[in-house]
Amino acid sequence: MKRKWNWALWVGLVFALAGLFSYELLSQFPITRDFPWANLLLFAIGGILLVLGLVRAFGNPRVYRGKIVGPIFTILSLLAFSFFAYALFYVVRQMPASMGAPRVGQKAPDFTLPDQNGKSVALADLLSNSSGALLIFYRGHW
Amino acid sequence: MRSFQNRLPDFESRSIRVVAISVDPIEASRAHCQKMGFKYPFLSDGNAEVIRRYDLLHVGGGPRHSDIARPAEFLIDSAGTVRWVNLTENAAVRARPDQVLKAFDEINGSAAR
Repeated sequence: MKRKWNWALWVGLVFALAGLFSYELLSQFPITRDFPWANLLLFAIGGILLVLGLVRAFGNPRVYRGKIVGPIFTILSLLAFSFFAYALFYVVRQMPASMGAPRVGQKAPDFTLPDQNGKSVALADLLSNSSGALLIFYRGHW
Repeated sequence: MRSFQNRLPDFESRSIRVVAISVDPIEASRAHCQKMGFKYPFLSDGNAEVIRRYDLLHVGGGPRHSDIARPAEFLIDSAGTVRWVNLTENAAVRARPDQVLKAFDEINGSAAR
């Protein structure tokens, strides 16, 4: 008798990989930016499907296939989740303390830097004829 | 960055000048701004001199362990005094335009009274 395709394992892997690779896209939306709940949901669905697939493959091996791909897909999914958790819950929190950063009430250190068109911009220029300036320091694009 | 571009009119109506600062070279910032449609100044601090002056250097935090700026936002008043600071502890969580506008309105509301 030909055994049945164990679809839960394949779909589970797809969900787990989607959980990892959709971060770049999902982090652009305010609703999923600060906390990656949508990615965690994808991982959770993937995990449930993989468990279901494994139960079928090992509990009912005469009916379902997947005793080889099941463990392989599960390990791949766990690796994807570990990498995601490491990057999102550990790496991004490794920030310098910045104890010497200007505090509320202190003078902002002056500076002059070129903008994207090569034009020189000084903090003093930004503050003249305005009600203030917002400085956004960012990590850069790479 | 995109969210601040989207809310730029709200900053302009309050006469707040928005600038972004990073170690990115001028050419990289220009290309990125053109691609993304960013209209506010992106300042290039290639040797991180200003970033060091603000104590925001993240040593080895960039690609191939290069030194970059950690994310941070400062609201400066026209006298050059810092009025609001956001030093995130999570690089994925940064200030949102609404937060900054609210802080500005609160500061200016109390100054008017």
